[in-house]
Amino acid sequence: MSLMSLTAVELGKKIRAGEVSVTEAVKEALAQAEAKESSVHAYVSLNPDYALERAEQVQKQIADGTLTGPLAGVPVAIKDNMCTKGIKTTCSSRILENFVPPYSAQAVENLERAGAVIIGKTNMDEFAMGSTTETSAFGVTRNPWNLEHVPGGSSGGSCAAVAAEEVSFSLGSDTGGSIRQPSSFCGVTGIKPTYGTVSRYGLIAYGSSLDQIGPVAKDVTDCAAVLEAIASYDPKDSTSVKRDSYDFTGALQDDVKGLRIGIPRDYFGEGLNPEVKEAVLHVARVLEEKGAVAEEFDLSLVQYAIPAYYVIASAEASSNLARFDGVKYGYRTAEYTDLHNMYKKTRSEGFGPEVKRRIMLGSFVLSSGYYDAYYLKALRTKALIKQAFDRAFERFDMILAPAAPTTAPKLGESLSDPIQMYLGDIYTISVNLAGLPGITVPCGTDHSGLPIGAQLIGNCFEEKKILRAAYAFEQSKEYIRCPLSAADFSKQGGEEE
Amino acid sequence: MSREYETVIGLEVHVELATKTKIFCGCSTQFGGAPNTHTCPVCTGMPGSLPVLNKQVVEYAVAVGLATNCTINQHCKFDRKNYFYPDNPQNYQISQLYQPICVNGGIEIETERGKKIVGIHEIHMEEDAGKLVHDEWEDCSLVDFNRSGVPLIEIVSEPDMRSAEEVIAYLEKLRLIIQYLGASDCKLQEGSMRADVNLSVREAGTEAFGTRTEMKNLNSFKAIARAIEGEKRRQIELLEEGKTVIQETRRWDDNKEHSYAMRSKEDAKDYRYFPEPDLPPIHISDEWLMEIKARQPELRTEKLARYKEEYDIPEYDAKIITESKKMADIFEAATAICHKPKKVSNWLMVETMRLLKEQEMEAQDISFSPENLAKLIDLIDAGTINGTVGKEVFEAIFREDVDPVRYVEEKGLAAVNDEGALRAAVEKVVQENPQSVEDFHNGKKKAIGFLVGQTMKAMGGKANPQMVNQLLNEILSR
Repeated sequence: MSLMSLTAVELGKKIRAGEVSVTEAVKEALAQAEAKESSVHAYVSLNPDYALERAEQVQKQIADGTLTGPLAGVPVAIKDNMCTKGIKTTCSSRILENFVPPYSAQAVENLERAGAVIIGKTNMDEFAMGSTTETSAFGVTRNPWNLEHVPGGSSGGSCAAVAAEEVSFSLGSDTGGSIRQPSSFCGVTGIKPTYGTVSRYGLIAYGSSLDQIGPVAKDVTDCAAVLEAIASYDPKDSTSVKRDSYDFTGALQDDVKGLRIGIPRDYFGEGLNPEVKEAVLHVARVLEEKGAVAEEFDLSLVQYAIPAYYVIASAEASSNLARFDGVKYGYRTAEYTDLHNMYKKTRSEGFGPEVKRRIMLGSFVLSSGYYDAYYLKALRTKALIKQAFDRAFERFDMILAPAAPTTAPKLGESLSDPIQMYLGDIYTISVNLAGLPGITVPCGTDHSGLPIGAQLIGNCFEEKKILRAAYAFEQSKEYIRCPLSAADFSKQGGEEE
Repeated sequence: MSREYETVIGLEVHVELATKTKIFCGCSTQFGGAPNTHTCPVCTGMPGSLPVLNKQVVEYAVAVGLATNCTINQHCKFDRKNYFYPDNPQNYQISQLYQPICVNGGIEIETERGKKIVGIHEIHMEEDAGKLVHDEWEDCSLVDFNRSGVPLIEIVSEPDMRSAEEVIAYLEKLRLIIQYLGASDCKLQEGSMRADVNLSVREAGTEAFGTRTEMKNLNSFKAIARAIEGEKRRQIELLEEGKTVIQETRRWDDNKEHSYAMRSKEDAKDYRYFPEPDLPPIHISDEWLMEIKARQPELRTEKLARYKEEYDIPEYDAKIITESKKMADIFEAATAICHKPKKVSNWLMVETMRLLKEQEMEAQDISFSPENLAKLIDLIDAGTINGTVGKEVFEAIFREDVDPVRYVEEKGLAAVNDEGALRAAVEKVVQENPQSVEDFHNGKKKAIGFLVGQTMKAMGGKANPQMVNQLLNEILSR
């Protein structure tokens, strides 16, 4: 077994106990990446020099007692839409191909302060727009469970890197399901916290009112530990919320007695793959056996979530991405005749088709004469969806849902039909619109061996409830390693058994 | 001109607020500074940066709103105005469209034709853009983001003004209010106050507005007055020729006294405004509003009334002194020390105004302290120096804020009050100027003035003039 087969918390324990050095852990992560990247391509860039240098610093801080937390010395991969000081941050886009930020995202800073060591930056759909990681300008990421399939997206690189055991854990971001859906497709655990819990400072914005950073890991314990490290009130982010408590690991108890779980009928009807349905409903049965109470209900308004989301997210994106113009940083077209021509050529050459599609869609819905009909209506829909969830949480502690209607599609299947691809976000998008926390936990595999994830949705600021239920469910089963990891690429790594 | 026309004018006034830091980041707002030295990831639009609202901006905007009789929107929010231009680093400006902070106000102006209220439609907060520097030599344009993110309020008037005179009265009143509040220095030349003029003409007596144009690039009150006259004439000529006025934005060239079309309504941009998702709505609580109200300083109208009552100075004096908050502050502080309001007023009205004009300075640039002015007045009253020397000392105070007591001492300017010395000097002057003495005795009483002057000259200007007069009269009448 490789050190990267351990969970982050397990590895952290070994490092603090002196059984493993930080440098050994980092070298192992780099070795695993070297062995698997040609098949998976989870990373946009690896930073071995930086990582090895950091490893030594962190080792010293562990030795002198400065660093005592669970993540000290543990290798991490960061989605490439989070700024990392001195490390190229591309959003998997040509337009930021050469962008090196002079500052780190607050979440990244928090992680580094906890002693985690950044190994590299992970691949993603360009500017987080996509559900497959195929819109990356730097090549697709493959699903470690089956290289013919996509890892999901947009945090596909972060999820694939964890599933392939190239790194202990990673950070992803979730605007419409970008952590939860690829976690489902890659058989890992990922949580999107309540909006405002993790600072967005330094996260390159896609849909500002929906974006949240969250952990991707092998299990619920890691997710809770990482969330505890990255969550903070940040005065630099005006949408950041000062929470009463930043304790998440306290939720890790195998006790769901009396928890009320709502199962929205609207999420289990037409369009849901029967194998996925069965695996997700199995979670309800397991939790019921442990003392929870599950009940079906009608959430309503589900069909309006996707149009509302694509209007709001695209509108915000069209404005957020305006700053990429070739003037200040990033790509600038080689030849141009005047300012307008420079803008036009830079952006035409710098952005890929999915990003252009959303910029055009967003510009359209904000244009005068259409604003009320589209944008304003979408905002009203968003408010109604939030109300529907508020009503549900009067009755339930959490909602159980699929994370995606299917298991991971094959490479190339999705992009040909964007509408179909957008519809795949149906179970995750409402959660962003309502600002709620949601966690995906692996709950089985389909007939072809691809993983299925179940999603638990909590009320605002009630991460602890969904973490507890996810943890309890997790105790009922073994962690299933993906075939690629199980095939033991790690002969060159630290053999321990 | 066969028909009578009426000019209808509304103003959009941008005012740079006097906060120490920018509206959405901690960078300095100081004017000048090497290019791109007052910048950070936020005000240069770096990816992932986020705005954080400077509370002082809200307080200034509310203060101006209260002073201009506006309704304060206690729930307001920011919107993004999207347009591409290199001086605008995010390619959107954070502004307020849907819910501006102040609405429905108005201020009273006074012109030769009497008093009237000019309505204020709204006041909103927004960020300033950077500055493009065109390098002709290198044939390129560079961007300086020092000004990017400097807080602005835009004060939008109703189309209530009918002449350049009213516009200037409105602007002067507005400027005075804002200066009194300390919310801005409102310097047109430096761009901390900028006015765009919306103007249309209509036949006198008609109700409907004519087509308006918007005039930009007006850097002084004089330029504004000239631009209004020019634009009024241009529009009337068009109408007289049977042509129509096109709704457009025009740029005034004050050197050529001519305006040029910049862009017409047809190619007006669609700014695709939408609520700024990075900033939560602003809630101004009742308590906060009360705090701001409680801090509102005394404005000019109240000051004028109080001056007449409390200091018993002529209305004319009070008006001139209160025309600048700085001047009024000095007046009050100096009077509080020496308790001679009329004398303080005289120094401000005469010598201070003269020196300001001579040095092409504005009242707000005054740098001397009221303490030194008060000391000077006391020195003269005590007869330590005479009035002429006083003027000389005041110039030094005006220039370098010197302590008059020490200055008089160091320069040896104290008046000579020693009767023996003065008598000797007078005797000598009388002996040396027999012709004048004779003239005096022949009834030319004016000749005494010459003799006083000669004595003063002999004493290096430091003689006590009353004593010289008295001694001369005594000696001549012997």
